[in-house]
Amino acid sequence: MKIAYWMYAGPAHIGTLRVASSFKNVHAIMHAPLGDDYFNVMRSMLERERDFTPVTASIVDRHVLARGSQEKVVENITRKDKEERPDLIVLTPTCTSSILQEDLQNFVDRAAMTSQSDVILADVNHYRVNELQAADRTLEQVVRYYLDKAHRQESLNQPITEVPSVNIIGMFTLGFHNQHDCRELKRLLQDLGIKVNEVIPEGGSVENLRNLPKAWLNLVPYREVGLMTALYLEKEFGMPYVATTPMGIVDTAKCIREIQHHINKWAPILLGKLVDYEEYIDQQTRFVSQAAWFSRSIDCQNLTGKKAVVFGDTTHAAAMTKILAREMGVYVVCAGTYCKHDAEWFKDQVQGFCDEVLITDDHTEVGDMIARVEPSAIFGSQMERHIGKRLDIPCGVISAPVHIQNFPLGYRPFLGYEGTNQIADLVYNSFTLGMEDHLLEIFGGHDTKEVITKALSTDSDLTWDTESQAELSKIPGFVRGKIKRNTEKFARQNGMSKITVEVMYAAKEALNA
Amino acid sequence: MPLSNDTLTFECETGNYHTFCPISCVAWLYQKIEDSFFLVVGTKTCGYFLQNALGVMIFAEPRYAMAELEEGDISAQLNDYQELKRLCNQIKKDRNPSVIVWIGTCTTEIIKMDLEGMAPRLENEIGIPIVVARANGLDYAFTQGEDTVLAAMAHRCPDRNSITCSAPTAEERLLSYLPSKEKQSKERKNSSNHPPLVLFGSLPSNVTSQLTLELKKQSIHVSGWLPSQRYAELPSLGEGVYVCGVNPFLSRTATTLMRRRKCKLIGAPFPIGPDGTKAWIEKICSVFDIQPIGLEEREKQVWNSLQDYLNLVRGKSVFFMGDNLLEISLARFLIRCGMIVYEIGIPYMDKRYQAAELALLEKTCQEMNVSPPRIVEKPDNYNQVQRMRELQPDLAITGMAHANPLEARGISTKWSVEFTFAQIHGFTNARDILELVTRPLRRNLSLEQLGWTGLVKRNKLNA
Repeated sequence: MKIAYWMYAGPAHIGTLRVASSFKNVHAIMHAPLGDDYFNVMRSMLERERDFTPVTASIVDRHVLARGSQEKVVENITRKDKEERPDLIVLTPTCTSSILQEDLQNFVDRAAMTSQSDVILADVNHYRVNELQAADRTLEQVVRYYLDKAHRQESLNQPITEVPSVNIIGMFTLGFHNQHDCRELKRLLQDLGIKVNEVIPEGGSVENLRNLPKAWLNLVPYREVGLMTALYLEKEFGMPYVATTPMGIVDTAKCIREIQHHINKWAPILLGKLVDYEEYIDQQTRFVSQAAWFSRSIDCQNLTGKKAVVFGDTTHAAAMTKILAREMGVYVVCAGTYCKHDAEWFKDQVQGFCDEVLITDDHTEVGDMIARVEPSAIFGSQMERHIGKRLDIPCGVISAPVHIQNFPLGYRPFLGYEGTNQIADLVYNSFTLGMEDHLLEIFGGHDTKEVITKALSTDSDLTWDTESQAELSKIPGFVRGKIKRNTEKFARQNGMSKITVEVMYAAKEALNA
Repeated sequence: MPLSNDTLTFECETGNYHTFCPISCVAWLYQKIEDSFFLVVGTKTCGYFLQNALGVMIFAEPRYAMAELEEGDISAQLNDYQELKRLCNQIKKDRNPSVIVWIGTCTTEIIKMDLEGMAPRLENEIGIPIVVARANGLDYAFTQGEDTVLAAMAHRCPDRNSITCSAPTAEERLLSYLPSKEKQSKERKNSSNHPPLVLFGSLPSNVTSQLTLELKKQSIHVSGWLPSQRYAELPSLGEGVYVCGVNPFLSRTATTLMRRRKCKLIGAPFPIGPDGTKAWIEKICSVFDIQPIGLEEREKQVWNSLQDYLNLVRGKSVFFMGDNLLEISLARFLIRCGMIVYEIGIPYMDKRYQAAELALLEKTCQEMNVSPPRIVEKPDNYNQVQRMRELQPDLAITGMAHANPLEARGISTKWSVEFTFAQIHGFTNARDILELVTRPLRRNLSLEQLGWTGLVKRNKLNA
């Protein structure tokens, strides 16, 4: 047992549900007790999703405990099959069903016989993997299932596309700025004359998964989810993949060069020439993206040597650390991640760009580190933002876990060249706010001139008895003044001189009307 | 409308509906009981739910935490008792609460962790009372979590008939001996004209004082509330004490108070809406043989002050999907406001505990000359959405999972959870209920001319 107030990565089934509900026309059925369908609320609220989240629960209740699920799961699968005709139904175990140890695979096999939809059991162990690992695994599982199926139907032997094309793997519902990143990557690839073959799982159709091998290569923008799929495709179909996150100017260029490298394996045969993206990279870097110029400008000069701390998932924390240190001259004292399962990769990435590395999923440890380091700015998740609030240090949010404000309606990619602009703004705004804060502190507020006003109510003619005073003090500070004024106004209008709790509530009712 | 006969009809569906897990009760109970600490013994799933459902509160160093079970706990490689002792000692050291409440979850049920057995032992060892409540999703929905906690607390209330030995443990005696004796002598002084009355149900402190005042106007003295603001101030119970609930989801607590603490339950409608509040007070008065004074005028006055909102809701239809057990009382109030209720979904219907409320609902329907709505226990959300598509209600009161998709399909919604967290009890707060109910209607008024109601693509309307 461990005591926990907060966690960075969610439980495994969330990862599975994120994969399932990202695909079009895929339905997930959770084997879970009442109330575990909280995922639907998150998707509906955070993503402001217009459609019903395609996740239902096959409820585990007292009867299930006593007799087992028996027909219930199978019935729920076949019912959903009839109601919505999904292409695929994913039966999703939860922490509860893990310990019940029912033979869910058996239910799946039985349901698959009668339903039109394909049915699979998500292969995740609740007590061994977290949300991100589970998502990675489930995505691979779905892809493998459909490619095997296509293989059996002999509909797989399709040649690669005539023009260079890629699959983008790892775009997700509830992912940190994933929708914007996806649009930015498509734009980038279009600029390079590369066709986007399939994007999975977000908006993808499982029936189209058979087309995956048609692409020349796979692009896995995020470290956490998609690598397993890319590795599988490499092993089975010899498809190369690029896993360099195109975040920041240097890594975006690196990513493009890797893509070029893989394309040029086929280009002489299929295109009759080699592709060369150097010109594009140069133009974008120097003139289209503003980030390179920004790092040269005197604004950014003022950031030189300023202390920062970075914490988040591996992808964003590593990329951010490199951007701050390498592209902006900011001094990253400590970089960290909560993805403990991928610690080695992270250490390797940030080596040479920061003094310390922190691998933990305990937010108090992160808080203590920040308090000790006293950086001028923090770049982290919502948790670090709150730590920053408490310590009075500005924070730019760069990674999940996130709140609704991290699902902006406006265009805010973190990847590609537009992403570099967004990041430059984020960094600059975080630091200047910090400086402004210090100036305010030195001069003691925005305007040091004292404002002298008369109090709105004079205390001479009214007395508050002790009970009503106590009641008043229970009212939240920001409305207390208003309540006090209204009550006194009411008392005067009614010719009362003593204010009791009764008078307070009478006033509330009278003024409400 | 599928409504024809004049009595209430009850149906039961599949129970495939969305609601909050009952462990969410820690969110309001830890704030209500100021010297408590809530320890939820469960998995990452429970923690994730609490963290996301309670949003910002988590950053205010809440007096609750997860005892997160790991694989070693599940497979019994670790000793539950030792593990809980370690965590509770840490809580004692860091926060020093007057009571630790263990919330049992689905997982502790399935692995049959004997929380009730371990608590008394550990309580003696560490010297802090430990209350065990099994608020799990296998058995309960959302607000019923509070019911399980209060039912467990009812056992800890001092016994009014034996002043010298009021608390079960030595430590507790030491802590609460003096105040409780003082309190009891005070109670005796005040309760000369009627037997002691204890109200149960967790409400914000200003709402408790509003309700207490309403009763005081009828010269009824409230001896105490379960729960009280502090654990050390729990009211004394026993034979001869009358109890009355303020919320419709407290049936276990009511049962415990009657059977285990020998209290007399006053079965009344709940003080939600001015009609409910009046009926609630009248019922308490009638039990104590007191002639209520000025209630009629009071109710009338409140209705008058609601005129502007009543004009908005009159004749509009509403559909309760059902997730927090407040549905019967809210529907009864809204029918009195002139609305048409198509369906009352409700997770669980205790016809005995809610008898007076159901009777008032039936009476209200007759008086307002509308057919009684169908009451659907353990509803099926999928079927409900199909029914809503036919009925096209003006307002759906629903959980957050369905609110945005319904709005996108042109059906106005109000999140049901807000009724749990808003102040809706008593005469004073009737306006707040209508404030919530009319908000989508008022929003519609201001956006009416824009022609944007259906916001999903046509082929997706059935999805």
